[in-house]
Amino acid sequence: MSQITKTTYQLPIGPIHPALKEPVMFKFEIDGEKIIAVDVELGHVHRAIEWTGMRRNPIQIIYLAERICGICSFVHPMAYCRAVENACNIQVPERADYLRVVHGELERIASHLLWAGVAAHEIGFDTVLFLTWEMREKVLDLIEYLTGNRVTKAILMIGGVRRDIKPENIPKIKETLEYFKENYKKLSHVFLDDKTFKMRSQGCGILTYEDALRLCAVGPTTRASGVKKDVRVDQPYAAYSDLDVDYMTPDKRTGEINGDVYDRIIVRLLEVKQSIELIERAVDQMPTGDIMSEPKIPKLLNYIKKTAGEGIGRDEAPRGEVIHYIKFDGVNEQPFTWKVRASTYANILPWIPMLKGQQIADISIVAASTDPCMSCTNRVTIIDKNKKYMLDKEQLHKLSVEKTRRLMR
Amino acid sequence: MRFSMLGPVFKQMFKKPWTNKFPAKYQPNNTTKYLADVASGKIKINPPVPTPDGFRGKIKYDKEKCIGCKLCIKVCPCNAIEFKENEKKIKVYLARCCFCSQCNDICPVSCLSMSDEFLLSDADPYSKDLIVE
Ligand code: SF4
Ligand code: SF4
Repeated sequence: MSQITKTTYQLPIGPIHPALKEPVMFKFEIDGEKIIAVDVELGHVHRAIEWTGMRRNPIQIIYLAERICGICSFVHPMAYCRAVENACNIQVPERADYLRVVHGELERIASHLLWAGVAAHEIGFDTVLFLTWEMREKVLDLIEYLTGNRVTKAILMIGGVRRDIKPENIPKIKETLEYFKENYKKLSHVFLDDKTFKMRSQGCGILTYEDALRLCAVGPTTRASGVKKDVRVDQPYAAYSDLDVDYMTPDKRTGEINGDVYDRIIVRLLEVKQSIELIERAVDQMPTGDIMSEPKIPKLLNYIKKTAGEGIGRDEAPRGEVIHYIKFDGVNEQPFTWKVRASTYANILPWIPMLKGQQIADISIVAASTDPCMSCTNRVTIIDKNKKYMLDKEQLHKLSVEKTRRLMR
Repeated sequence: MRFSMLGPVFKQMFKKPWTNKFPAKYQPNNTTKYLADVASGKIKINPPVPTPDGFRGKIKYDKEKCIGCKLCIKVCPCNAIEFKENEKKIKVYLARCCFCSQCNDICPVSCLSMSDEFLLSDADPYSKDLIVE
């Protein structure tokens, strides 16, 4: 007589799936409704941005870096510019540093609000999606007012920023900030006190403090687990050292840290408030002076061309730390190397402990809770004779051994 | 709190809609006819939300001033600018332009500027409206 054995099932989600905003492949092993094991596969949206960048001059790369991500269209060029400034020893004027803070924080508000709306949508609370995005619309209006465009801001330049905030712009900024403050209250009330949100997010998708440390999570994902990690505090850049920034951890509001989806919502909302205050302070304290270290761009290009060196730019993007590395050989205008590490890359592995033990219906909200951005993350695809394949550890090891042999010959 | 969204939703019902109905209040039955009527001045379109100062729209080019130095071509991130060798003037393909205005900044004689025109969609990427020369 055959025996009925207990068995688990495979559930593939992706690479293209209505619940996913961007292509990524999940392979779940499920037992009934419960997730037993998770595997994540990346590499579906590789766009060869670094390769393209290595064939462009440093000014052109700013706009290419801007297009790594539509939401982080400030932090990527910012990290890139800081890497170039670091490599070529360019000093940024103080006023430009303050302007960078204003634009960076505006972007953080826009990004966190976008995320909050998506999170509400994921659990089926679409009225909140519209409430949140109404506020986001105002943020985008302010961004358009200050930079000339809503999404791709084109505000950064190596050694400064391209547009100043003039005295006549201040009243509109102040007015919008007042609107944010008022609406922030409504928003945090809905997100943090509503029963629907609590039901779906408390105790769901937990990332423990140890796991967050072990897997090197970054940004709000790690701060929600109580890890105090924020580039703005740890290695202050731009004008953050003057502005008194602090780590936003959920215990600031609730007094406890659970590392669940609810905590990630709290952290992001607290950061929206923090950003509003930061902008306010930056606008008030902004010193007068230049906004660019070298306004003559041909001269700047020439200087970079003649300088050999390498540099790193680290930034706290809305999703966590982003790193750009650049190297110039001092002969060519094009960089010798350009490497980008986007924040989501570090937040992929934490998905695995978060999703284990959850129900299928929680997948989308848990996955969304790290605010993933796939197109930023996809950096390497190996194509050989038009066939795409991935490398696992053994193959990598084999390739490495082969290379050693080749070099020894 | 169970129904924290009820208040805002009720308020929303009596508020003026946020959306600006541009270019027409309702979808016209015949779009081609609608556009023809607009062109002949028979009907007016619902105006768009005004763009703020400093908006980066369609490029304006002052051909007379241009000295043909090619600096704009050097920095354009999209290769949107072509150099006309015999005339020593430039040609901008807006279908490729990403409206970064870097060419405006670098031009030594300031012959390029950004206008506030943003209605640039066209079925043909090389149509006359999308080439500035
Ligand atoms: S605005 Fe930017 S993309 Fe467009 S032509 Fe000028 S430099 Fe090129
Ligand atoms: S930078 Fe100005 S002057 Fe030089 S080619 Fe371009 S448009 Fe003409």
